[in-house]
Amino acid sequence: MPTDYAFNYTAVIVAAGFGFGGIGFTFILSRLLAPKRPSLMQTIAYECGIIPEGQGNTKYNIRYYLFALFFLIFAVEAVFMFPWVVVFLALPSSAFISMMIFLAILIFGLAYAWRKGVLQWR
Amino acid sequence: MQLFLTSLTASIILFSSLGVVLTRNVVHAAIFLLVTLIGVSALFLVQLAEFLALVQILIYAGAVIIVLMFSIMLTRETEQTAVSNNTGKLMLGGVSLLVFAGFCFAIFMTDWIIADYVSNEAGRFVALGKALFSDFLVPFEIASLVLLVALVGAVILTREGREGA
Repeated sequence: MPTDYAFNYTAVIVAAGFGFGGIGFTFILSRLLAPKRPSLMQTIAYECGIIPEGQGNTKYNIRYYLFALFFLIFAVEAVFMFPWVVVFLALPSSAFISMMIFLAILIFGLAYAWRKGVLQWR
Repeated sequence: MQLFLTSLTASIILFSSLGVVLTRNVVHAAIFLLVTLIGVSALFLVQLAEFLALVQILIYAGAVIIVLMFSIMLTRETEQTAVSNNTGKLMLGGVSLLVFAGFCFAIFMTDWIIADYVSNEAGRFVALGKALFSDFLVPFEIASLVLLVALVGAVILTREGREGA
């Protein structure tokens, strides 16, 4: 493994370690310091202070699924932009234009969805 | 070092994917799948494929798992549904094993071209971008059409769902 590469990702691992470690530390600390007086109230999920109704895992409205799919599609679109942003100044303007065509096709899809009224919450 | 990291990530992938198959709770299975996909991304990083690791995190661990979770929450009954269906499990296992064997055969038979590692950090993405916007421009544009089809398909499917409700 090349040195600069290993060095860069060691930094990532160290940062992740600090993140997990910090959160884990607060969890352990509260476990150690908090007085334990177990009661039924404590086992209820916290819902803004109101006693929750029904079960925690209910069925969701199908309309959420559309937004999940849109998220997936535009995540795929975003992935293509990563190699593009580093080269489009170095390449001829055709790279810029082709990316705009790529985006225009997808924006057309978004406009179609908008026109069909599926983005409207009813 | 690379061998150690590869074995480490491979064992994470192995155990979390075992978790996917063995757990009784669908939501737990999805979370195990998330761990598996992040493990695959770590494996890509160990093999110096940063872009693939990025794609793996952004699309698979991010978006696909979200879609999967949504579909679990949309479809299942309010009660905890256990994933237990023993009929035809052996046959399905056999089919998957055959597919796996086929993939292994294809992997070992292929004469892989190992590209030179570009030591410059920006250079790796630049090389990819240059290839994408010169030699592979048409597939790139076709990808947007595929995404458009997916988008329109999603719109039509959910519209039909609303009329049926």
